[in-house]
This record gives sequence, structure tokens and C-alpha cells, in this order.
Amino acid sequence: MLEEPVVDLKNLNHYFGKGELKKQVLFDIDLELQRGEIVLMTGPSGSGKTTLLTLIGSLRSPQEGSLKIFGEELNGASKTMQVEVRRHIGYIFQAHNLLKFLTARQNVEMSLRLHKDIPGKEVTKKAVAMLEAVGLGTHINYYPDNLSGGQKQRVAIARALASHPKLVLADEPTAALDSKSGRDVVEIMQQLAQEQGCTILLVTHDNRILDIADRLIHMEDGRLVTNDTLVDTAPVMSTSNR
Amino acid sequence: MSIAWLQLSREKSRLLVALAGIAFADILIFMQMGFQDALYDSSVLIHERLDGDIFLISPQSTAMFAMKSFPRRRLYQTIAVAGVKSGSPLYLDLGLWKNPVDRSSRSIFAIAFNPKEAVLNLPAVESSLDKIKLTDTILFDEASQEKFGPIGKLFKEGETVETEVRNKRIKVGGLFAIGPSFGADGNIVMSDITFKDIFERDLGLIDIGVVKVKPGLDSASVASNIKERLPKDVVVLTRQEFIDWEKNYWKTGTSIGFIFSLGIGMGFIVGIVIVYQILSTEVADHLPEYATLKAMGYKQIFLLGVVFQEAIILSVLGFIPGTGISFFLYNLTRNATQLPMLMTVSKAAGVLMLTILMCLISGAIAVRKLGRADPADIF
Repeated sequence: MLEEPVVDLKNLNHYFGKGELKKQVLFDIDLELQRGEIVLMTGPSGSGKTTLLTLIGSLRSPQEGSLKIFGEELNGASKTMQVEVRRHIGYIFQAHNLLKFLTARQNVEMSLRLHKDIPGKEVTKKAVAMLEAVGLGTHINYYPDNLSGGQKQRVAIARALASHPKLVLADEPTAALDSKSGRDVVEIMQQLAQEQGCTILLVTHDNRILDIADRLIHMEDGRLVTNDTLVDTAPVMSTSNR
Repeated sequence: MSIAWLQLSREKSRLLVALAGIAFADILIFMQMGFQDALYDSSVLIHERLDGDIFLISPQSTAMFAMKSFPRRRLYQTIAVAGVKSGSPLYLDLGLWKNPVDRSSRSIFAIAFNPKEAVLNLPAVESSLDKIKLTDTILFDEASQEKFGPIGKLFKEGETVETEVRNKRIKVGGLFAIGPSFGADGNIVMSDITFKDIFERDLGLIDIGVVKVKPGLDSASVASNIKERLPKDVVVLTRQEFIDWEKNYWKTGTSIGFIFSLGIGMGFIVGIVIVYQILSTEVADHLPEYATLKAMGYKQIFLLGVVFQEAIILSVLGFIPGTGISFFLYNLTRNATQLPMLMTVSKAAGVLMLTILMCLISGAIAVRKLGRADPADIF
């Protein structure tokens, strides 16, 4: 491992609530994600997957242990630092979370505009190119309300990947989609991630997409229990999928 | 393209309701301001027509429709002061006017002076001075309220208009136009001799001394000369002081100023409530989207900017129809009441400032909800 990991967690613990009601939700998490790796995280609901994702996404402040993203320690980092880190992460949510009052193109532009080094003229051009890349070249001026679920999720992917983030975090991106659209969506993600060399951490319950992963991790009761490296073939997951 | 505008314009019906609300608040404010200014302006309509530089009044006078008379001797003393060109007495009183058509009686404001020393700066009066030299002949203010009868119309049709003031027979010899004030609904002009007969007043006691200074002299310094020479039983005012004295009575001496300020305040608060309702609904509805923007790396300050931009867009867009409708209502009121309701640039600018302030206050209350946009909640 010559390169610094994109994500590097050591002994990460996390708690919800205070005093008597304090409850530990993450226990001793160790996790490294390398550049270009596609990692799928599975686990029953309530196992702490989303909490872990929000911590890695710099959307929540770490409490105990070490959480390094792009080599920056986020435990004890300033708000400004947290926001700065977010700008290099692409998020894809279970609900597409597009801005309803913006068209597909404007939604993608919102993420590009955060990067001051991209000149104004380039923003629109890049947004359109990105939408074409996810197969929505003919829908760039549609509002989210007029797009199908799969199309919306593809806009969300375009938005997440438009500014070439080093890390993409996705929380059940296929949950609301039929199998065909779900498959399309993850394949687009996989392809774009490979082109850009970005790391993907994807939380899913969807067995049909496990084969795109380089590695599978499994979470159970706040602990990472599996850490298998896959070799080309997708294993049949027998773990609980409540 | 600003996010604030895109967000507002996406929901057209909500935007329209918001604009209607702001326009409504603006109309409330405009009408209150219009009435208030009309009151103040109408109260000095006669003052502005008086052809003088310095005015003498009794210290016990409170407003033009409530004058206390003082000895004419004081005016003659004034004429002896260096720099004074002339001094003319003005007599004022309210008397019941009988409407010649329906015979009803209404209080009308009488302005009287010596026709040889015209003190009213109105061409229509100056050209009719010969007429009022005849006793019992008066000039009628055709801008008076209609309840005095269609005098102007009858006179112009060539009819001889005769009626009674204080039960004394008079004849209308001409017309002029000043307009009603809150103190008096109509005006008539007559000679001092006619005035003496009708109101049974001693012409040795005058209501206002109208003093002119010699050309090229500063009326303020002449006024202070006069003050030195006269005993304290007379108040000496320059033209501007005289106008301010009258306006000040209406502003502070009556509850009218307070009532209108309260009205403006109410319009302002109604506006804040309406805009707050709209903005807080906007924020609440878009909370998940705002949280998404935060997750993408937008700072809180960006979202604050969006809400305040919305506030300013709403205030400016609501102001436009509000001003347009108020302009129309001003005309309507002016025609119905003859009051000088005028839409001025300064008034419009003042209301625009108030509207923006109103929307910013609402925005400041509405943004408190923004704190609830937690990016950790959206996964």
C-alpha cells in the first residue's frame, strides 16, 4: 500500500444520546478504503451503516477514535474543514434529494459551482456533458417532478460525480428502483468511477448488484464483521437481510 | 440565475399569494401615509396662498380654524419697524352656510381682508377684488366639498347665486379654488366690511397680521426686529415657521398624527406576518433540499443568503402592484374628498424602504428554522 488510503478509520466509536440514555452505536470500527476501490456495505437496518456513512461523509462530528478522509483527521476538525471535505465527496442518497425547483442541468450545476476553479462558462458545459454521460442528454431541462425514479437517480449520480470527487458515498441508491433501472444506475456509477478513479462506498440491501464490488463489508450491531476481498466473482450472501 | 428566484418562481400560485399579501400591506401603509400627508398639506393650503413674509398671530391661537384675535394696533406698530414694507390684517371665522339647493346648513371658513390690500395670492381672487368691494358679495371656493351646494356649477351657468351665511343674505360674486382641509370643508372670501356685518366682529381685533418685507431683505432678521419692538402678546413667525406651526398643531395637538402612525405601524406588522408565513413555509418545505446543499458543501451563510434574497425579491415585486393600486386609490380618494392625496417619489421611496425592512425582519425570523437543516438527517 504505497498510496495513502482515501478513507482511514481507526478504533472509531460513536454514541447517541447523553447521560443515562447514552447508547453506543458504533464499536471499534477499523476500515481503509483505497483509491479507485468499490466497496459495498451490507447489514440489517439499525446496524449503524448510515451513521458510519454520515461520519465518513463529514456530515457528523466524530467523537472517539481516528477518522481520516483524504489524509485529513476529522476528529476535532473545525466546521470550515468539515465543509471543505464535503466538497470533495459525492453523495447519492436513497431518495434522490434533487432540488425540485431546479432543472436536471441546474441541479448538476449546483455541485460544480462549489468549485471556484471551474469557470462560469465551463459549469453549464460540464453539467450537460455529465448528464449525457448518464444517458439523460435529452432531458437536461426537465424538472425532477417530470422524471422517472431511475432518471432522477441518474441525475443524482451526475450531480455527485460532476465535480470529480475523490470519494462517492451512496446510501441504497437502488432501493426505490426496479431491477432494470437499479442495474443501469450502478453500472453507470461503476463506469464513471473507473474513468475518474474515485472510491465508492455503497450501502445496499440489494443482492442483485453485489457483483460490482471489489470488496464487501458487513455490519452487524455496530461492528464490522466481514471484510472479504472479492476475487472477480460475487459470492452468495447468506447474511440476514431483514 | 439566482437560487432564490428559481425557488420562488417554481411555485407560481404561492408567489402570487405572497405578492398579493405584500401589496395589501403596502396599500395599507400608502393609504395611511396619504391621508396623513393630505391632512398636513391641506391644513396649510391657505397659508401657502397668503402673500406675506412674516405673520403675526396671538399666542393663544392654536390653529387656523381656531384663532384668537389680537389688537390691530400691533400691526401698525410693525409697519414702523425698519425693513417692513407693508402690513395687512386678515380676519378668519367659521360660520354656517346655507346650501341654496337643499337648505341644509354647514360650517364654512370665511377669509376676509381689505380688498385694497389683497393678501391672497390667487389670480381668481385678485381679478375679482372689485366684486367683493360691494357689501354682501363673497367669492366661493369651488373646490369645497359638495355639501355646500353646486355653487360653482350654478355660477358658471350664469345664475345669480344667493344664500345665507350666519342668516345674513349674501351673493356669490366669483369663484376661486383652494380646497377643503380637515379643519374646514369649504372656504369663502369676502371684504373686511362684509365680514364685520356678517360675523358682527370688531375690525380693530384681527386674526392674522400679514407682513411683507422690503425686497432684498431677509425675513428672519426683520422678524427678529419686529419681535424686539412688540410686546409678548403677539407671536411673530416667518413664513416657514407659520406653516410649521399649523402642521405641528395637527401632528401633536391632536390625536390624528398618532392615529395615522398607528395605522402605518399596523400595515407594517400585517406585512411582517404575511411575509413571515410565506418565507417560513418556503424554508420548511425546502428543508431537505437545504440539508442536501449543506451535505454537498454549501455553507450556512449561503442558505441565509437565499432566504434574504427571497425576502428582497418578494418586497420589491410586491411593492410594484402595491404602489400601482395605491396610485389608483389616491385618485379615487382625491376625487371623492378633494383632499390633496398625492403619490410622491419620496413617499414611494419611503414605502419601498419600509417594505424591504418588513421583508428582512420576516426573513430574520424565518431563517431560525434553517438551523434544523441537518445534513446528517438526509441519508
